This record gives sequence, structure tokens and C-alpha cells, in this order.
Amino acid sequence: MMSNDAILEVANLCVSLDGVTLLEDVSFSLASDEAVTILGPNGAGKTVLLRALLGALPYSGKVSWAPGVRFGYVPQRLPYIKDLPVTVADFFALKSTALDEMEVVLAEVGLPAGFSNKRMGELSSGQFQRVLIAWALCSEPAVLLFDEPTTGVDVTGEETIYGLLSRVQRERHLAMLLVTHDLAVVHQLSTRVLCLNRRLVCEGPPIDILTPERLREIYGTEVKYYHHEHGDG
Amino acid sequence: MDDRSVLASVVILASGAFIGGAAAYLGSLMLGRRMALVAGPLGHLTLPGVALALTFGFDMSLAAFPFVVLGVLVIWALEARTRLPMESLTALVFATGVAIAFLFLPMEQAETALVGDIARTSIRDGIVSVLVCIGVVVVVRWCYPKLVLINISEDLALSEGIAVRRYNFIYLMLIAIVVALGVKMVGGLLTAALVAIPPAAARNVGRNLHQYAWGATAVGVVAAIVGILLHFALGYPAGPMVVASSAVFFLMTLPLARKA
Repeated sequence: MMSNDAILEVANLCVSLDGVTLLEDVSFSLASDEAVTILGPNGAGKTVLLRALLGALPYSGKVSWAPGVRFGYVPQRLPYIKDLPVTVADFFALKSTALDEMEVVLAEVGLPAGFSNKRMGELSSGQFQRVLIAWALCSEPAVLLFDEPTTGVDVTGEETIYGLLSRVQRERHLAMLLVTHDLAVVHQLSTRVLCLNRRLVCEGPPIDILTPERLREIYGTEVKYYHHEHGDG
Repeated sequence: MDDRSVLASVVILASGAFIGGAAAYLGSLMLGRRMALVAGPLGHLTLPGVALALTFGFDMSLAAFPFVVLGVLVIWALEARTRLPMESLTALVFATGVAIAFLFLPMEQAETALVGDIARTSIRDGIVSVLVCIGVVVVVRWCYPKLVLINISEDLALSEGIAVRRYNFIYLMLIAIVVALGVKMVGGLLTAALVAIPPAAARNVGRNLHQYAWGATAVGVVAAIVGILLHFALGYPAGPMVVASSAVFFLMTLPLARKA
């Protein structure tokens, strides 16, 4: 039985491939309006967790989405899209209802009118990420799943993308589940942090998690994080 | 030329055009998946079936189809079990298909098996081929957006609620049908060309997905017609002429090729 405001509940999730355990006994929930970050070193199972939630990997345990919930997924990259002459409009047409909303969501993520005729393979990494976010925002999702949105984006672009995510979450009252290595992002964007290293190591608000002791526990090495305010988002 | 041979020529031309078009349309999806070369080994796997058809005198496509389906299932099962790269499995399947075929293929029939002989197509077989091709195009058109999304990212397709495994199976079966049809026109050696070259030419000039997919189909149809007409006029085997025509179209589009 799901709690009233939970949009996702995960209980005792285990993922094994070829006899290797990738995730063990992971349990957490995600409430509507909540932005939860999954933090962990390389190989900790962060992307595996997202893929299990999508149903892309076999698992044991329980993954319960609230009835009728729509989710949008923003992958780390789409390497094969450059093999085909896919324009932004073509990409939106692949989603059954997206073409009607395309111009609105492209404007929402800061892309100009007429952008839909560009080829996906010609976009900069920042533009590409915005298109993926716009695509995920079509069909009014209640939750967005992001797999390391910073990948391949320069420093200026990175801040703008997270500013965008923060604004989108505020305006649309979305739940977000976000995989990232970027501790500044964790601090600015998330309401709660899940620390993952094949199993759930710790869980709590960013202020409790982003301490030298906790970070050493998560990453197994000295990680320092100095939070500083800036104007973005 | 009597009426019957004119009719037979028209049927051969029509079935070639439909096979070329259907193979190219489906091939436009295979290019995106970097799977065009898979059609090659599957073509080779048709050879045992073709050998049986030539020995016992029945339709090559009909005999080839079960062997291609077997090949698809073998590749699927081996990939799931071993996680070997597709290239390794491809080599394995290729070699096995050719070896089995040459164990009992009559040597005088080897050329037909390897490069095809569409002139053997009867009027009835030609009409059946056209109808099957229409069916393939209808199914591909119906699945196209979903298959493109699966090609781009299976995870993204899953997030949209697409039954990826079901569509992958439909896709592999369509490949099996197209390869079985193509083997009649261009033989076991050249089937990969039917699905690979027209989309490659269309990718050079297509500005969007629509132009690319229908451009590939147009190149497939025209290359098949030109190749078969050259076969009628010059007497060279139709299969290599179709593939060579296709390659000429590709070369013509090269100056317009874009990198992204």
C-alpha cells in the first residue's frame, strides 16, 4: 500500500546481472514535489537503479508507481541519434502526443522559435540537453528521471541547465529523481539525497549528507565540498 | 516477344521493384541501428534453403525463409546467452550457413544461389512477392516511429511505455522476410546491399527522417528497375546489376553528404 503523497515506492530492490549483484536491498520513496538526488561513486549502481525503475533491467523486490503516473526520462546521452538525419521536430514526432506541445516546451527550456528544423546531430551539448528535457516534459509528466544531466556540458551551460531544472520543478510542481556527481547541484536542487554504493549507504537532506565524514563514507576517499551561493536558478 | 513473356517480364520487374523498395525502407531502420551488416550473414544463412529449392525445384524465398528465421533465433539466443559482440556471432552464422549450403548445393547451381536469378520467378511467385512486400511496408510504416525510438534508445522507448521486446521481435521477423525475398533477386551473397546501400544514399541527401526513409525506398525501387532492365538488355545476372545500380546512386549522392 502506497502512502498518500508518494509517487513512487521502492522496496527491497535487488538487481543482478550474470551472477553479479549490482544493487542490493534498496528501499526508498519519492513524494510529489520532491527532488531527490542519487549520489554515489562510479559503479555504485546509480544508472542501474534508474534503468530498473524504467523496467529496462530485471529485478527482484517491489517498484510501485502511483496509479496512472506519467514520467519523463532524460538519458545521459543518445549516441545513435547521429546515425540518422533526425531533426528536432522528427524527434518530437516519435512521441505520440509531443508534436502539438513542441513549440511550447521548446520555448519553456529557452530554445528559440524555428529551432525544430535543426538536426539533432548539429546541436551543441547544451542545446541537446535542453531538447531532451523539453521532450521529457511533453505529456505532462508527474515525475522526471534524470541521468547525469551535466555530462558533456560546459561550466556555463551546466549552471543554466540546473537553473532550468530548478525553475521547471518549481513551476510544474514535479517530482524529480536525479543522478549526479555534482555536489553543488545536490545542494541547490535536491530536497533529499540517497547515497548509493550498491546498497543504500545513507539518506537525508543535503545539509546532513554533504559533510566531509559522510562524503568519505560514500566515496571511500577524501572529498571536500564548499558550498557558495551564486545567482543561477 | 509473346504476350506471356511480356507479362512475365512485367511481373519480374514489378516484384524486383517491390522487393528493392521494401528492403530499402526496412533498411532505413537498420542503418540507424548499425545492423545493416546483419542482413549479410542472414543472406548467407538462406543458402541451405536455396540449395534445397534449386535441387527440388521450388520457390527460393519459400525455402530460404525458415532458414533465416532459424538464423534470427540462433543469433538472438546466442547473444542473450553469451553476450558476445554481434560481429562475432555474425561471423559464426555466416560461416555456418555457407558451409552447410556447400555440403549439398549442386555446383552448377552455385551461381544462382550466390547472386540470385530473378528471371526464374514465375508469375504466381512474382505476385505473391509483391503482396508480401506491400504487407512488409504497411507493417514497417505502422511501427516506424516506435522502431526509430527503440533504435535511438531502448531506455527512452521503455519510458514511453513501448513494448521493446515485442517490437524487436517484429523487426527481426521483418528482416527475415525481406532477406528471404531479396535472396531471389540478388542471391545469398548480396542481400546486405539491398538494405544497406539505398539508405546510405538517402542519408547523404535527406534533410529529415521523412525524406531519408522515402528517399531510401525510392533509391531501392529505381535501382531494382534499372538493374533488371540492364539484365534484360545486356544479359548479365540481375542481382549484381541491381546492386551496382544502387552503388552508382550512392556515389552520385556523395558530394552532398553531410556529417551530422
